[in-house]
Order: sequence, then C-alpha cells, then structure tokens
Amino acid sequence: MIRIKNLYKSFNGRIVLKDINVTFEPGKTNLIIGQSGSGKTVLLKTVVGLLEPDSGEIWFEETLFTKLSFTERKEIRKMIGMLFQGSALFDSLTVEQNVRFPLDMFTNKLMEEKTERVNFCLKRVNILNSNHLYPSELSGGMKKRVAIARAISLNPKYLFCDEPNSGLDPITAILIDELIKEITEEYNITTIVNTHDMNSVMEIGEKIVFISDGVIYWEGNKNEILNSDNEKLNDFVFANSLAKQLKMKS
Amino acid sequence: MFTHFFEGFGSYILLLKKVFSKPEKPSLYYKQTVREIIALGFDSVGIITIISFFMGAAVGLQTAYNTENPIYPTYLIGLGTRDSMILEFSSSVAALILAGKVGSNIASEIGTMRITEQIDALEIMGVNSASYLILPKIIATLFFNPFLTLISIIMGISGGYIACTTLGGITSKDFVYGLQYAFVPFYITYSIIKTLFFAFIITSVSSYQGYYVSGGSLEVGRASTKAVVFSCLLILLFNVILTQLLLK
Repeated sequence: MIRIKNLYKSFNGRIVLKDINVTFEPGKTNLIIGQSGSGKTVLLKTVVGLLEPDSGEIWFEETLFTKLSFTERKEIRKMIGMLFQGSALFDSLTVEQNVRFPLDMFTNKLMEEKTERVNFCLKRVNILNSNHLYPSELSGGMKKRVAIARAISLNPKYLFCDEPNSGLDPITAILIDELIKEITEEYNITTIVNTHDMNSVMEIGEKIVFISDGVIYWEGNKNEILNSDNEKLNDFVFANSLAKQLKMKS
Repeated sequence: MFTHFFEGFGSYILLLKKVFSKPEKPSLYYKQTVREIIALGFDSVGIITIISFFMGAAVGLQTAYNTENPIYPTYLIGLGTRDSMILEFSSSVAALILAGKVGSNIASEIGTMRITEQIDALEIMGVNSASYLILPKIIATLFFNPFLTLISIIMGISGGYIACTTLGGITSKDFVYGLQYAFVPFYITYSIIKTLFFAFIITSVSSYQGYYVSGGSLEVGRASTKAVVFSCLLILLFNVILTQLLLK
C-alpha cells in the first residue's frame, strides 16, 4: 500500500501538485488519469523519489519514504519496478542483459539461476527467442514488454507505469494493459499507472484518480466513471465526439 | 555570470562526490571498466597513432627548416623533435584531440541516457547512476591514456625520423644522436603526470555536461559541444599550471 498525504510540489514558484491525498491499494491497478500537463508524471516521479516534494508525506506501507536518506531509500527502491514512457531499456545491453541487470546488481545468485529467472520473466511477457537482440532491434510493443520483464525480475512489491500505451497501436496497447493487470493480481503488487488513454481506463481501471491542474478532482472505479457528474471529469472522459454521442444516448 | 559559474562548479563537485562513493557491486564496475578501456582507450589508438606520426613529421621538418644554418648542429633536429613530442605534443595536443573524440562521445552517450530516462531507470532500481556510469570511464582513461601518450611519443618521433631522413636532409645517425643527446628522463614522468590530469578533466567534465542534460537531442548536441570546449580550456589552463609547477 502507498499513502500520500498533503503533498505539494512546485517548480520555480509554479505549483504543480496541490494538497494531494490518496491511497493506492495492493493487488489493484491504480490509475492516475488527466490531461497532458495536469501533473500526473510529476506525481509519479515524486512518489518514486525522482523528484523531491516541497512538503507532504509519502508512505510505503509503514515506512515514511520522504524522510529517508538516499541510502535508506535504496532498500525501498529495490522493491520498486518501473515502466517508463519510452521503455528506458539500456541501449548497450541485450534483452537478456537488460532483464538480468537488477539481478546482477542486487543478488548473489548463480548465473544459471539468474538466466532461469530472466527466461521466466521474458516468457511471462511473451518475449521468446529474442534474448540476444538489442533494444534498437525491437518494436515499440516488444520494448514495453521487455521493460515489464525487467521491472518484475526482482519480484517488486510496487510497480509504476508511466504512459505504458503511448506510441502503441490499440491492439498492442490492450495486450500491455492486460499484462499489467495480470501481473498485478498474480503477485499482489501495488501498481500505479499514469495514463490519458480511456481504453486503458475501461480495461484495467480498478481504482481511478482524476487529476487536473495538480489537484485531485475525483476518485472512483471504471464503473463509476461513466456516471459521474463531475464536470471536469466528464470534459476529459467524453472529450471526443463519439464518446459524447454515446453519453447522450445513454 | 559568477553566480552561474559557482553554481556549475558546486554541482560538478557534488557529482564527483556521488561518483566516488562506494560502488554497489564492485564486480559489475570491474566489467564496466574493462568495457570502457576498450571503448575509450583501445578505440583511440588508431587516431592517436596517425595524428602523432604526422605531427612528429611536421615538427621534425619545421625544426630542420628553422635550423638550416651551419652554426646549428644537425642533431638538434632529433633533439627538437623528441622534446617537442615528449613535453607538449604527446600530452597536451593529444589530450586536445582526445577531448574532441572521447569527450563528445561521453557527453552524448550519458546525455542520451538522461533524456531517454535510462538514468532515471538506474536511480529507481537503487543504483548510484553517477558512480555506475562515470567512475568506470574515469578509471579507464586514467589507466589507458598514459599508454596513449607513450604510443604518441614513439609514433611522433618515428614520424619525425622518417620525414627528416627522407625529406629534411639529415642522416639517420645525426637524428638518433639528437634523440639521445641531453635526454632528461623526468620529461617522460612530466608528460605522464600531465596526461593523468588531462584524462581526469576530459572524462569528468564531459560526464558532468552529459549527466545534467535536460530537454532533447538539441540539448545533447549542445552538451557535447560544451564538453569539448570546457575540456579544452581546462586542459590549456592546467597545462600552464602543471608546467610551472613541475618544470620550475
């Protein structure tokens, strides 16, 4: 479980996150949705510690993450897997080396054990016979799947995904969404996904947090989102004409 | 302007502090260092060999044309080529060339890793990204650049020898005599000491420029240019300081 209390973040005097209070539960895909520039990525990067908040608290279970030193945070970070918008695979390493990297860095397992784990993770994300390819030789969807394999190689307790569907076709996007949902349930991970893709919201949104101008305006699930009377949320959800027509009919 | 300079210098020092902190897993750093020795060291042998050879040839011929007077003994050409190569060309000029080749390579590699979030990925995993990416590069260049300097000295003197004995009108015997005449072994030590300083400047300054890139490919290009310019300026500054300190 991750709890955020009274979180504020600003850049050069411009407030980007205002009084964020939210709890993300384990075993669920928690979605943060909102327009581009609404503060989703800043919130995600602040939660994982890539950005420091101006004030407020971030709790990982019973540990107050915001008060930990750089060294103390390492222990929490070993329990975090993250899928970046651009996959962020290491260009100089092969698929196998990318997935093995966290194992090499933080475990003392034998090479055979590590290879077994790597193959298991790659198989889990349906990447077969590509161990020796470099990231530049992979398609966008494959890169995302390898990045998920790398993120789960150390059995994380927390999984963060920043725009996992950006740049993907609708079919691959749904496959990635389903994979994230399956992995979350399978390993009882606390997963937080940043997205502005409504398909993702309807596919995997077990808990949805709507953020606009750095403020949380609405919380709920995928069944509640269509019937909400929150004006800002409706402007976002029913932004396109097809969605508007469907809303009118219903 | 001064505020900007001190801010930059402060963050450079803080980066070095991160770079020299205890590695997470020394065995991985060892492998990374070996890779960097190949990428930054071995891959520079070719360019250093070619440039030093022609530099030595030009220095030899210029010395020959400038000492075309019966008052000057011809062995001075060998002596002049040797001392020019050892004292200045093989350390300082080679360092300026390496700042262009290695410095821009480091800045663009680390800069690209920054803008494609690969550095963020390392940080999320709990890896000290500054140390993991930069320390092996510093160790690799500190270890290998002295060899590059020695190769440069040998190739420069060889270039001078071939050019002068075939085009400069000096006998092989006179050139070799000049090479041996009044040789000061400390000059080699001086050259190696300078090389170590320059290697550190090139690697750390270029890494700093790449590590703090923000934006896109345009900024990576700018960082790469800045890495070369600042490295060259610092090399020239430290060349004067070290010469004054070591040859006084």
